[in-house]
Amino acid sequence: MHEWDFTATLADMDLLMLGLWNTIQVFFLALAFGIPLGLGLALGRMSRIPVLSQLCSFVIEFFRTTPPLVQLFWFFFALPILISVQMTPFVASVLTFSIQSSAFFAEIFRGGINSIDKGQWEAAKAIGMTRKSSLRRIILPQAVKRMIPAFAERSIELLKTTTLISTVSYADLMFQANELASKTFRPLEVYTVVAIMYFFLILIFSQLTIRLEYRLAKTGEGTLR
Amino acid sequence: MTNAVEIRGLRKSFSDLEVLKGIDLDVAQGEAVVLLGSSGSGKSTLLRCINFMEEPTAGQVRVNGDLIGTEQRGRMRYREADLCKLRTRIGMVFQHFNLFPHMTVLENVMEGQVIVLGRSKAEAKDKAMAQLARVGLEEKAQEYPARLSGGQKQRVAIARALAMDPEVMLFDEVTSALDPELVGEVLKTMLQLAEDGMTMVCVTHEIGFAYHVANKVCFLHDGLIIEQGAPQSVLQTPETQRVREFLAGHSLFKLPN
Amino acid sequence: MDYNWNFASVFTYWNVLATGLWGTVQLFVICSILGLGGGLVMGMLRYSKSRWISYPAMLYVEVFRNTPVLVQIIWFFFALPVLTGIEISPFMAAILGITLNTIAFSAEVFRGGIQSIEREQWEAGKAIGMSYAQSMRRVILPQALKRMLPPLTSRGIEVFKMSTLASVVAYPETLQQAKLIASYEYNPIEAYTVVALMFFIVLLPLLQLTYLLERRFGKSDA
Repeated sequence: MHEWDFTATLADMDLLMLGLWNTIQVFFLALAFGIPLGLGLALGRMSRIPVLSQLCSFVIEFFRTTPPLVQLFWFFFALPILISVQMTPFVASVLTFSIQSSAFFAEIFRGGINSIDKGQWEAAKAIGMTRKSSLRRIILPQAVKRMIPAFAERSIELLKTTTLISTVSYADLMFQANELASKTFRPLEVYTVVAIMYFFLILIFSQLTIRLEYRLAKTGEGTLR
Repeated sequence: MTNAVEIRGLRKSFSDLEVLKGIDLDVAQGEAVVLLGSSGSGKSTLLRCINFMEEPTAGQVRVNGDLIGTEQRGRMRYREADLCKLRTRIGMVFQHFNLFPHMTVLENVMEGQVIVLGRSKAEAKDKAMAQLARVGLEEKAQEYPARLSGGQKQRVAIARALAMDPEVMLFDEVTSALDPELVGEVLKTMLQLAEDGMTMVCVTHEIGFAYHVANKVCFLHDGLIIEQGAPQSVLQTPETQRVREFLAGHSLFKLPN
Repeated sequence: MDYNWNFASVFTYWNVLATGLWGTVQLFVICSILGLGGGLVMGMLRYSKSRWISYPAMLYVEVFRNTPVLVQIIWFFFALPVLTGIEISPFMAAILGITLNTIAFSAEVFRGGIQSIEREQWEAGKAIGMSYAQSMRRVILPQALKRMLPPLTSRGIEVFKMSTLASVVAYPETLQQAKLIASYEYNPIEAYTVVALMFFIVLLPLLQLTYLLERRFGKSDA
């Protein structure tokens, strides 16, 4: 039976904490770019202009059907040759995960907007609102509240997907774990600790979103019926 | 005096289904007109063509003398901006209230005034409170719609439409989704409006309301107005078999007098 | 931007890619079947009235939903052998990671689908004298399965994409094979573009199917 020994792992905890910090950076940057981009794609897809709508559909479907790891490789290895720029693992990661998650966020936005009762559009129209201000003032504020659980779920997916950037040698938590495992010859302890770290990171994040949802539900009409 | 609403030769099709087959209708200033008919007769579609929630396929609509849209090569064209402007002049109340659930009652009544008409917040608030008082709900101004009864919601919806100072009010089966004991308060509000001289077009199943409040009743069948006139004549001495059947169905069980 | 695309350098290795696609399909089929089947069982356990059953099921679901699949695969590949003394092949590690993850996610889909059926349906079943099992089988499940179809199809797409993670432990699936070609021929642009297109072409019909199912069964099935 294996003797568990965490001393080597815990001694180099600062390595793992650095990796955790790098993971969190990519995660939040990808969210910050991915959510607005997702809204843009969703609105584009629902647009009445056929070309725009088809283009946005294509982008969404392409990034939903191709594996994130393939996208990452493409952005890291292929794109720099194509447009001859230097690509760092960090930029490639943020770029990939912003676009990749925006495709999923777009679907959430579309679902949220479609879930709002048609009567809300009608009431806004009847008091003379344009489509644009109906969307901004009436539809989106209600839709966003309903989307929070889906947003949270997708964000957690994103957080987990960021482990892939270890494969392009960006020093995220996963990469640091690989380093530490080969340095200490203690893969069992290292990967167990890392799994627990991811578990708690995600747990904290999901608890925060649940609280946010609860807070939003209490003020206002309450989407949680 | 010009009519508040004048409709000529109005037709409306949804893909290959023709719902309205040539409607002529005049609504005089201060008149309350009730549209009756069984479901599928086109009465709601007619109402929704007055404020262009639906764009007519053919025909003309005039509101206080202004022809809506511009004629190009024998067809009417409608610009979105013109229609938005028109809708500020016509209030509409819906069967399912359609209040904005993320806003308080007061914010609901202010929204159109501030965002569409560009009124100042202070002015909009004064107007909103005045209209809420008119429907008897000024003490609910800070509540969210979810906390109101159906009847109260519908009265807020009426106040929201009135706050835009409309020239005409449209009511689309506004009591159909209410519990029977809440119907009265909404009808009373509408009666009050009619007595104040508001021009109104109502789609309703409340025949009693039509009888007591309407100046004119129009009966639609299969996309056409087949009978119209004073409520006493249409509802008590109908000329067509179709209207007689409709009225019979609506008074199957009557309390003995 | 005047790069000379040379796809011929990829297609001469079509048999290498074909081996990869076969590896991907194997992973996909095994993990979907085990994952969805296990998910149904886990979803039922999660829905059980006994805490002794539902709590461990919940713990399982939470652990596997809240840790990255890549960590799981690596853990099974590098860590589990240390613990058990049994060598684990890349193929086994990938199957373990992806399947256990899929069980956790589809368990939630099954549970959500059953819970989404209105309580009135249970009551209607009860009112005509059906037992719990009868109501579940005859009334609830047929309706719930319809609602589960779109999310389960999405899960299938995710499993197919997840199979690329097996490349990290050098299992010869599509991406791993493309890596090989790219390192032989120095043509990462073409190699990875071809792989992306392969996934797009295989999965687009499935994605369209989810849209269709959502429209058909999604909101109201009245």
